[in-house]
Amino acid sequence: MKGQKILCPSPVVQGLVILVFVLGFGLNTFAQGVTPPMNVDAKDTPNDAGKSITITWEKAVDGISVANRVRGYQILRRIETGEFEEVGPLLPPETTEYKDSTIEEGTPYAYIVRAVTEDGTTFDSGETDFVKGTGEWFHTKKIPLFLAMLLFSIAIVWNIYHAQSGKEIFVRRIPGLEAVDEAIGRATEMGRSILYVLGLGGVSDVATIASMTILGQVARRTADYETPLRVPCNDPVVLNVVREIVRSSYLNEGRPDAYNEENIFFLTESQFAYAAGVDGIMVREKPAAVFLQGTFYAESLILAETGNSIGAIQIAGTASEHQLPFFIAACDYTLIGEELYAASAYLSKEPMLLGSLRGQDWGKLFIFAAIVLGVILELLGVNWITTFLQRVS
Amino acid sequence: MEVFGIWVAAFLTFCIYSFLYRDNPFYRFAEHLFIGLAVGYGIVITIHQGLIPLAWNPLWQAITGEGEASRWGLLNLIPICIGLLFFARLSRRHSWLIRYPLAILIGVGSGIAIPNVLQADIFAQTHGTLTPFSQIGRLSAFEIFGAILMVIGVICTLTYFFFSVEHQGAIAGISKIGIAFLMIGFGSAFGNTVMGRVALLIQRVDFLLNNWLGTLF
Repeated sequence: MKGQKILCPSPVVQGLVILVFVLGFGLNTFAQGVTPPMNVDAKDTPNDAGKSITITWEKAVDGISVANRVRGYQILRRIETGEFEEVGPLLPPETTEYKDSTIEEGTPYAYIVRAVTEDGTTFDSGETDFVKGTGEWFHTKKIPLFLAMLLFSIAIVWNIYHAQSGKEIFVRRIPGLEAVDEAIGRATEMGRSILYVLGLGGVSDVATIASMTILGQVARRTADYETPLRVPCNDPVVLNVVREIVRSSYLNEGRPDAYNEENIFFLTESQFAYAAGVDGIMVREKPAAVFLQGTFYAESLILAETGNSIGAIQIAGTASEHQLPFFIAACDYTLIGEELYAASAYLSKEPMLLGSLRGQDWGKLFIFAAIVLGVILELLGVNWITTFLQRVS
Repeated sequence: MEVFGIWVAAFLTFCIYSFLYRDNPFYRFAEHLFIGLAVGYGIVITIHQGLIPLAWNPLWQAITGEGEASRWGLLNLIPICIGLLFFARLSRRHSWLIRYPLAILIGVGSGIAIPNVLQADIFAQTHGTLTPFSQIGRLSAFEIFGAILMVIGVICTLTYFFFSVEHQGAIAGISKIGIAFLMIGFGSAFGNTVMGRVALLIQRVDFLLNNWLGTLF
């Protein structure tokens, strides 16, 4: 053994070898060791109709190399007797919640969340328990809205009660409504008809309901003056309501004989076919007064321009803010937004409607106060009004 | 067949545009055709998307036990019967019955519409008006000016819509500012919508120039 030299690396080299070994082993371990999404949970989505399940998870831990970073998450689900299948698109890597809205109510589903890395490797989470979507009777997050509505309703009912007890309620002058008598009188003098267009809203549309109550008041006057009142409708249900309203108005005025059901007719539900039809009626019958009251869309200017071209006095009213400019430009009088809703109270002077109008003013006063107070409090760093409004909206 | 369709569409386009000159037989033809087609199309759509899937199929399945339907499907008879009351107007003696479906429709419609209006048009917008003030420290001078202008505009416009107070003195002044805000908004909406209408006209002219004239040359 003498003279045989045993090659033994220096301590520095030994240290380097160990370092390379440890680092290499460690890096490899991290690259392979992307942790899958943890704590995956699937729950029936609260406050819905039972058509969705919400899945939540904790994000997967990325590997160190770029190829092992999580590119996104894929949700997979199965029914009790089936295999897992993909649901929805690949979700971005920052996502930790997904609402599966493609479920069938009452069917149990189990989910896994799959992390997909840049190089396409996948890491599946554990499987959740089976969960099924069920509908709720009450949307608990809407309770503040319900309370706000209750408060608003109390204000209206209280004002109606006071109005009915004989207290006089003041209503400011609305020029567009004062022109109603003028328009009807003009049509009567000229021996021509009045055309009342309710727009394209359905029977549950608030503007259409307001328009129908105005129509009731207009019909009372036309019954008195025996002026023909023509109402083309675009909704069969609205047609039936309108016929009832106009007939009641003629009955109330003691003129059932003057009521002609044929003057209230269905045209079509198609928007521009309706506009073409009303235009045709305008140019052929040349009504002396045209009322455009209700919900209107792109046909508003077509109707108002044609009415203007035949020289009719036009009174328009809508809450559709994009159509109001056209009515203001082409009509003689325009009821802007809420003036349309105030119109029935203004025309009829009925205590119930007047009280309701005053109740609405209280509501506006509340909003007025909320804005002023809200701005002051926000500037002072107190945000409970904003928080409340956020909850109810 | 496609060329024939293009010619029909071009002819009807000219018929409708002839109204710009005056009412004439071509316009009347197109108008009546348009209304007739729309009514016919509407009836078919109502039958296929309303009557059959929502009324007939569930009821039939409940009666015959087909598919996944249960006997609970017979409950569909209630809305179907309410809907059938609309036909009561065909009888003078029973026409009063139509008031029931009408009352239900208006009641349900209002019940759905009013909370949505309160939520979207009142509370959400009031919240939107106040939101900039909750982050006022992070806003630029121009954004702060915008937020203040927004509050002034909302308050003045809201004042215009108070109906149970006389618009005299300060209230009249504030409501006049409100009208000014409204008119500025309407002017902007007018310009925006006119641009949309011009785009529709361009689309139609493009059809005539390229599609229709394209079949000739």
